[in-house]
Amino acid sequence: MSEVSGAIRTADEFEPNKATAMENTKISADKVQVYYGDTHAIKDVSINIRAQTVTAFIGPSGCGKSTFLRCLNRMNDTIDICRVEGRIAIDDEDIYDPKVDPVQLRAKVGMVFQKPNPFPKSIYDNVSYGPRIHGLVRRKSELDDIVASSLQKAGLWEEVKDRLDSPGTGLSGGQQQRLCIARAIAVSPEVILMDEPCSALDPIATAKVEELIDELRENYTIVIVTHSMQQAARVSQRTAFFHLGNLVEVGDTQDIFTNPRDKRTQDYITGRFG
Amino acid sequence: MALSFLLLTILVVAGLAYVLAKSRAFKSAGGDIRLLHSLPGYYGWNGALTVLLPTFLALLLWLAIQPVVVDHTVSGMISAESAAESTLGLVMSDVRRIADGLDLAVQNGVLTAQDASRLNTGSSDIRETLGAVGVALGAEVTAEKLEAAQTYRSATATGFWMRTVLVLLVALGGLAVSYRRTDKDFRARNFVEQVVKGILVFAALLAILTTVGIIFSLIFNTVEFFSLYPAEDFFFGLVWSPSFGGGSELGILPLIWATLYISLIALAVAVPVGLFAAIYLSEYASPTVRAVAKPLLEVLAGIPTIVYGLFALLTVGPLLVDIFGNDGALGVGWMQGGTAVMTAGLVMGIMLIPFVSSLSDDIINAVPQAMRDGSLGLGATHSETVKQVIMPAALPGIVGAILLAASRAIGETMIVVLGAGAAARLSMNPFDAMTTVTAKIVSQLTGDADFASPEALVAFALGMTLFVITLGLNIFALYIVRKYREQYD
Ligand SMILES: Nc1ncnc2c1ncn2[C@@H]1O[C@H](COP(=O)(O)OP(=O)(O)O)[C@@H](O)[C@H]1O
Ligand SMILES: [Mg+2]
Repeated sequence: MSEVSGAIRTADEFEPNKATAMENTKISADKVQVYYGDTHAIKDVSINIRAQTVTAFIGPSGCGKSTFLRCLNRMNDTIDICRVEGRIAIDDEDIYDPKVDPVQLRAKVGMVFQKPNPFPKSIYDNVSYGPRIHGLVRRKSELDDIVASSLQKAGLWEEVKDRLDSPGTGLSGGQQQRLCIARAIAVSPEVILMDEPCSALDPIATAKVEELIDELRENYTIVIVTHSMQQAARVSQRTAFFHLGNLVEVGDTQDIFTNPRDKRTQDYITGRFG
Repeated sequence: MALSFLLLTILVVAGLAYVLAKSRAFKSAGGDIRLLHSLPGYYGWNGALTVLLPTFLALLLWLAIQPVVVDHTVSGMISAESAAESTLGLVMSDVRRIADGLDLAVQNGVLTAQDASRLNTGSSDIRETLGAVGVALGAEVTAEKLEAAQTYRSATATGFWMRTVLVLLVALGGLAVSYRRTDKDFRARNFVEQVVKGILVFAALLAILTTVGIIFSLIFNTVEFFSLYPAEDFFFGLVWSPSFGGGSELGILPLIWATLYISLIALAVAVPVGLFAAIYLSEYASPTVRAVAKPLLEVLAGIPTIVYGLFALLTVGPLLVDIFGNDGALGVGWMQGGTAVMTAGLVMGIMLIPFVSSLSDDIINAVPQAMRDGSLGLGATHSETVKQVIMPAALPGIVGAILLAASRAIGETMIVVLGAGAAARLSMNPFDAMTTVTAKIVSQLTGDADFASPEALVAFALGMTLFVITLGLNIFALYIVRKYREQYD
């Protein structure tokens, strides 16, 4: 374990312009442990996630990618047996501090799930759900604007602008997932977490969502969990490789894929396990 | 041979068939089970079933046909005059009683078998003899009836012998067939599975046929009623006052009104309480609380409704009178007696709480976790999630549950009989005693009324109306529940 964190620290030290990298840090996790009852699911993970960057979490299934992702917006709080230790800070503010309301945190750190999960409501109501709850608007026209701009940013506007009143569950899988992204964008988050957002989609829908992720990078910090290494290579600038609850290696996506430092990373990337 | 002994014999033959077929199958494969098409047990069952099925079929047929044939033979002996005195049916039942009485006398040792068959009207007082063994005869035993009874006895006795022989033959035939058929290539498993499937189909069919039978009997009697009493007076009459002397007014509206009024009060109690309990249990309760509270609520659903009725009569009614009665705490004097629409409605509502809560709980739990995560992930609180996502998603299912509860409320009887009173009345005051459709069905059929009078037959028309209403509600509820299920598939 110590060997692993050592590897990360060395990775940071070899960073060419470390100063700018640190400046850009949006989320920093330090020695995070997660337990499900007696199961130690995340072991001593420390990582810095940069702003306006897409960071990909890769690793064999069951290695704790989702678990760690869910720590970043405290979704793990909703699981009774889950316990998180260590420090996670967003903009240098500890999100596990008792002062922090997890509900408000989740407005700042949006989440998109593996399976598209639009509410059984109209497309309009799906997108306006967040702004309404958080009281972000005073007039109906403002709400209309937010809905329209969120759908536009999610690249769904052209397809649904004539049927905002029809149910969100009636869209195709890819459209549903983009609706969920629009829904997350509508609350103006700073970070968007995506847990295998394309695993339930066909290749064409996947390409659209990937394109969208690339566009969103300009305004948001994005963390994406993915099973597919091609996807990680296509959409992310930084990649973190998890294995059995450990963070094995983190670095520029290019480096990780062309020049992995750790044997396990290499084995995974070359398809020897996973 | 007595029936029980015969059945035992059949079972023994079937057991024999099982053993024989199994061992023969084993032998035909030279002791190597792998060469058999099916496992040896299937050959055994095949043997047993080949004996049992045709035998029982033959036995059932015989049991159905023999009485008809014997009756037909004997009734031919009754002269036209004695049939004209009363009816043929009455004479025949006399004949059967005499025959049964003689059998009984022989069994008890009062008469020997020979005496019994040689008995004649002149030599002894048959009525007295039979009275001694406990068979009371209404009319004098005529020579003709006695002769008919003797024929009846001998025909029945012959029938029994033939039955035994036939059944045993069929059983042995089945044994032989199954034994010959048993061979290592015979598909015993397929045969046995077919038979099992047949049994399942039969069971399902039986349930459906019974329902159809019940519906038809309702329909026939309802049609009968409407031939005696005008339908428009029944459906639109505002007065319910049956009098068995004739000249009854049988308007259903007061009864329907009370039924709906009580159901409405019951739902007004059960729906909010049941629903809130369900929300608490499925969304907020810790697993420990849930593990205790849910079974407890379900126990409440298992209490017989008559117990709730007693609760209404002895506790809730007097309590309400203490509050709303003439000398009540509020001094309003709205309530004259303990039985009232309110009493029955409140208690029925309590009865329905577990029904509503357990159905709603299942429905709320069926809302996918992904919905909750989606909402929480957007920064909604738990209660916002419940209110804005889970409830709307579960609403159609909950409406279905409420409709099912409503149809139970409409069909409920005991609470109404004990809690609501017996007077049919059209009134807005919930503290008045009224009576419902179900309670009136009971009282119309338990009276001394002639079963062919409109006052009795009206029960079927009431039952039919109730049936149509609850059926409609149930179908509507199922439709809604099903439609809701499709959303997540
Ligand atoms: N709700 C939970 N309760 C108990 N154990 C869990 C739960 N969720 C995940 N785990 C366990 O934590 C480990 C990591 O799971 P997860 O984060 O889902 O992996 P990944 O997303 O990388 O496939 C697994 O061993 C899994 O069994
Ligand atoms: Mg996962």
